[in-house]
Amino acid sequence: MKVLVIAEHDNTKIAGATLNAVGAAQQFGAEVQVLVAGCDSAAAANEAAALAGVAGVVSVNAPYYRDQPVENLAVLVAGLVRNEGFTAVLAGGTSFGKNLAPRIAALLDVAPVSDVVSIAGVGRYVRPIYAGNVMVSVESDEPVQVLTVRTTAFAAASAGGAAAVREVVAGEDLAVSRLVGREISKSERPELATARIVVSGGRGLGSGDKYREVLEPLADRLGAALGASRAAVDAGYVPNDYQVGQTGKIVAPDLYVAVGISGAIQHLAGMKDSKVIVAINKDPDAPIFQVADFGLVGDLFETIPQLVDGLGANQ
Amino acid sequence: MKILVPVKRVVDYNVKVRVKSDRSGVELSGVKMAINPFDEISVEEAVRLKEAGTATEVIAVSCGSAASQETLRTALAMGADRAILVETDAELQPLAVGKLLKAVAEREQPQLVICGKQAIDDDANQTGQILAALMGWGQATFASKVVVEGETLRVTREIDGGLETLELKLPAVVTSDLRLNEPRYATLPNIMKAKKKPLDVIPVADLGVDVAPRLRHTQYSEPPTRKAGIKVADVADLIAKLKNDAKVI
Repeated sequence: MKVLVIAEHDNTKIAGATLNAVGAAQQFGAEVQVLVAGCDSAAAANEAAALAGVAGVVSVNAPYYRDQPVENLAVLVAGLVRNEGFTAVLAGGTSFGKNLAPRIAALLDVAPVSDVVSIAGVGRYVRPIYAGNVMVSVESDEPVQVLTVRTTAFAAASAGGAAAVREVVAGEDLAVSRLVGREISKSERPELATARIVVSGGRGLGSGDKYREVLEPLADRLGAALGASRAAVDAGYVPNDYQVGQTGKIVAPDLYVAVGISGAIQHLAGMKDSKVIVAINKDPDAPIFQVADFGLVGDLFETIPQLVDGLGANQ
Repeated sequence: MKILVPVKRVVDYNVKVRVKSDRSGVELSGVKMAINPFDEISVEEAVRLKEAGTATEVIAVSCGSAASQETLRTALAMGADRAILVETDAELQPLAVGKLLKAVAEREQPQLVICGKQAIDDDANQTGQILAALMGWGQATFASKVVVEGETLRVTREIDGGLETLELKLPAVVTSDLRLNEPRYATLPNIMKAKKKPLDVIPVADLGVDVAPRLRHTQYSEPPTRKAGIKVADVADLIAKLKNDAKVI
């Protein structure tokens, strides 16, 4: 068996989700190679080659891979699978991986498996359905296993490898789509999906101004990423990439602090695998308390500043 | 421009699903069913494009049992012009649905297909991408804005960390994300009108597609539930617990 992990990158740096995908690929106990398709992407390829457990890096460069259009990537990967005999293709379960993996699978005429949280062997997986309310065991005899993996379910590969990078000729340019632009929210804070601590706010904050005024000092003090419930996003307090939940980001930090979040099922599905959950809410019956390790009933506009002060005094 | 909108009949999003006692599946008997919410958003977008004069016809299509006619009537009541049911009682997985939709697209020759980004039952998030691949068309998944400009399509997509705008050649496949629009409620007169709109039924066998499931779902289970912890008295108590008991700060 030979496994190909599709790297998500910006030609310079490998995305965190790819490290988890490499970690997941190692569960097969087989040879793992990483594809870095881009343009002038040597830095990203070298980073992939330095990951522990990576046996080789396939580097492909062409101007029409610079922005990684999914149509071109899928054709490239399907060609590599046929030419080099890969029997599994993995990508992180990010918007990049979810967009790409089914397209690759369709070109290979195999059924893809999405959002895998556990790999028990080749063709034996567990994945969540119904917004995480049900887990299903899936078996597949497909000759090529095409998977996306939930990043929070697999440990990230660490540095410590020294694989060779080999350049492979580019595939076809379908030229059916073109990137016009990307607006990526810039932040000094850790990335929400991979942060060790997440502070999340809900509609209890009341407004975008209050969200920032109350939660930013706490996030600063804890070195935390900021998140939000869907209610807070829909109310316009914060942009939608803050959203934690089934239709937003799935997070599993060491510490998740839910502030003014009632705990709708959709939100719980996105954070219930956090190691420690703290809930602060004035409603003692809020469902969030049913999953919280430590619940504090109180007015968040009083308790959060106290918490910021208290943390400062202790450090 | 013709727009094809695939719709799926799923368990209503308000229903708390239960695993059958023999773990062979999810309890569906007596459970309220509805149109997949992301497909509802897709129907709305297609109807708005027709109302804006961009689209000439909106065709809703569903693959599944006769009960999916109800789902198609919902799409018709929202403003789709006609509907197609690709009928089968067999289990359909996304690869098979993609192939059936390809067969329908070859008959109907739409310039645009708008799918939901995922169905809220299997959460696969695959069908739109599979259809686009099989057709050799461009795809724009997780769309939050769709603009047709002549022969090109401009789509804003929700990606990790922000937004991305793509330009695609038509024909193309778009998959809808939550924030694309807010679907309308079908009015009673439109629900009545929908009953008279054409709904063609095509037996799966007529499309010559191998729809045999490729994946086996061997066991369903409920995830381990998290136990409620304790209520702390005040902020000082919380900080002490986090430092000394949980050791996370």
